[in-house]
Amino acid sequence: METKKIEVPVMADLFARGEKPEYLFWVGCAGAFDDRYKKVTRAFTKILTHLGISYAVLGKEETCTGDPARRAGNEMLYQMQALQIIEILKNYEVKKIITICPHCFNIFKNEYPDLGGHYEVINYVQFLDHHIENGNIKLDASMLGNTRITYHDPCYLGRGNDIYAEPRSILKKLTNDFVELERNRSFSYCCGAGGAQMFKEAETGKKEVFIERTEEVLRSDAKIVATACPFCMTMLTDGLKYKNKEDIKNLDIAELIVQVMDL
Amino acid sequence: MIKQIVFAIALLFTLGVFTYTVLRLISFFRFTKAGFPIRDFGKRTRVMLNVAIGQTKIFRHPVMGFFHALVFWGFCVIIFGSIEMVIDGLSGSERSLKVLGGLHDVIMASGDVFALLVAISIVIFMIRRIFLHVSRFEGIEMKKKSHQDANLALSMILLLMISLMGMNAAYIAFEAAEGGTVYGVYPIGAILAPIFSGLTSQGLHFWYEFFWWSHILLIFVFANILPYSKHFHVFMSVPNTFLSRLDPLGKLTNMDDITREVKLMLDQETAFSAPAGDVPVARFGVKDVEDVTWKNYFDSLSCTECGRCTAVCPANTTGKMLSPRKIFMDLRARMKEKGPGLVKNGKDFTDNRSLLRDYISEEELWACTTCNACAQECPVNINHPTLIVDMRRYLVMEESSAPTGLKTMFANIENNGAPWQYSPEDRLLWTDNLEMNVGK
Repeated sequence: METKKIEVPVMADLFARGEKPEYLFWVGCAGAFDDRYKKVTRAFTKILTHLGISYAVLGKEETCTGDPARRAGNEMLYQMQALQIIEILKNYEVKKIITICPHCFNIFKNEYPDLGGHYEVINYVQFLDHHIENGNIKLDASMLGNTRITYHDPCYLGRGNDIYAEPRSILKKLTNDFVELERNRSFSYCCGAGGAQMFKEAETGKKEVFIERTEEVLRSDAKIVATACPFCMTMLTDGLKYKNKEDIKNLDIAELIVQVMDL
Repeated sequence: MIKQIVFAIALLFTLGVFTYTVLRLISFFRFTKAGFPIRDFGKRTRVMLNVAIGQTKIFRHPVMGFFHALVFWGFCVIIFGSIEMVIDGLSGSERSLKVLGGLHDVIMASGDVFALLVAISIVIFMIRRIFLHVSRFEGIEMKKKSHQDANLALSMILLLMISLMGMNAAYIAFEAAEGGTVYGVYPIGAILAPIFSGLTSQGLHFWYEFFWWSHILLIFVFANILPYSKHFHVFMSVPNTFLSRLDPLGKLTNMDDITREVKLMLDQETAFSAPAGDVPVARFGVKDVEDVTWKNYFDSLSCTECGRCTAVCPANTTGKMLSPRKIFMDLRARMKEKGPGLVKNGKDFTDNRSLLRDYISEEELWACTTCNACAQECPVNINHPTLIVDMRRYLVMEESSAPTGLKTMFANIENNGAPWQYSPEDRLLWTDNLEMNVGK
């Protein structure tokens, strides 16, 4: 098998050469720093490269969108971040943004317009589904075949932005044994990390939210639980570890596609 | 003639008390803040038709939702009969809407049938509430009074339906005895009419009058109890769906006060050109009732404490203190407590208590994951997370109060542009040694 090194295009370099990519690929903090989630970023980058998409990342110029600060009540800090980012994106004449993280997606799509940042914002599951539907990505379902896969809806894709169909459409092409969790789509149950919970200790209760959701995953008898959010991934991976069920894999939709395409 | 006078007095009294109550509530609204502007009438009408008339969110619990829908649709039909009764009462006529001909038959028949369906549904609701342990009817916010309130409303509706069916049955029996004409069609009334067999037409007339007066007076009393009960939702829920927040659930509302400040900080030019201090800076976020928007308060009056929000809340279902239902019950209770003082003494009135802390603890607020399951579930489209975040905004920006982990996260974003302590210089490390397969 031949391999090729991927040079990830950085916006500043492209601009210096007078080039303007079609998409800004917004990597996100988890995508850049979280060791587990970096693998998802790498997987999605392979797909972008495979498709020959004209894109670039901000690299060292990227900074937090302000989402966790905003949901934790720090509107001041959020708006400082947002207005800076809007300025940077204006300089690079960004029109289209692809995000992996649903929280980044939500804030660009729904909240930056209030501050003057108007973009076409595309979440990667929409992007992947689009390219699968039009045949640019060919999935050979025989590889995962009859592996039972379930899907955990991230709140900010599902309820937050009504994206339920695309991830399911993709997963049903990857396996013949796709199962829903008991609480799915708009009834889905949070992983416990949203609203900046990721960064603090949980309040005292009788159970952790991620354990409750992990138990639901276990009841589905799935071998793979697919996620589409860095926080959901952290929580469910922790949950499976906690339950000593590490034979059940928690993989991102992009990773599953890369696996099947053998990229 | 005496009947008409008595009726008119009863009606005037009802309307008088109701007007007083509504004006009092409106006076409370004056102390709330402006919310979103009401545009998109077409879209709002569609949301109302779906969520209120179509009961789409109620049907997310299909079985109990079905019975609730029967009650709601029943009310929608029966109200025409009530209007007829008011016209009859004032004019001294009988079944005055008979001028509508066939339509009158349809209205009366469906009202009569729905009276039975509503009564059956209410009995099911009462059995559920009194004998079955339904977890969403419990919780720290569900005091004895909340349960009494619910049972009173159900009992009154049941009596309303019994009196309506009794009235229709007695009407048929009476007209049959007198050889008179029955205006309207009453399928259930016809089945029940034999109950009155053996009575003289005088006796039948008594029972007809008894049920007629019981029914209309119960409506009058009910209408005036409602605004003081959680069952005010009978009036508020349909308008509340029309006034729904139309943004995607994921979106939070921008704080324009903050935008002004941040722009001044970031842009030196506007800092010098903009006149400083011409905008009175209100309190950031929500601490007490005068900080909420009119819509938040409207939401609180529309809540009927069904608990569907709390039943799906990840914090609540794992034993944390947060209950989305409590947030809105607290807002309503706090306005009831502070509102009269505000009306009497003006907007600067203080009783040294506040919605935050005296009603809602910080622990409750910090437990929210903003997953929006509560807002998704609410049958009358109340939006809980935006109010919770507004209260967090007060805590963070006015009091610098937040759990340690969040303060660290804020500091990281300020210092290195990420919620974790990583240098922006390392943002491309994920690209190291990135290779892909390109074929055999």
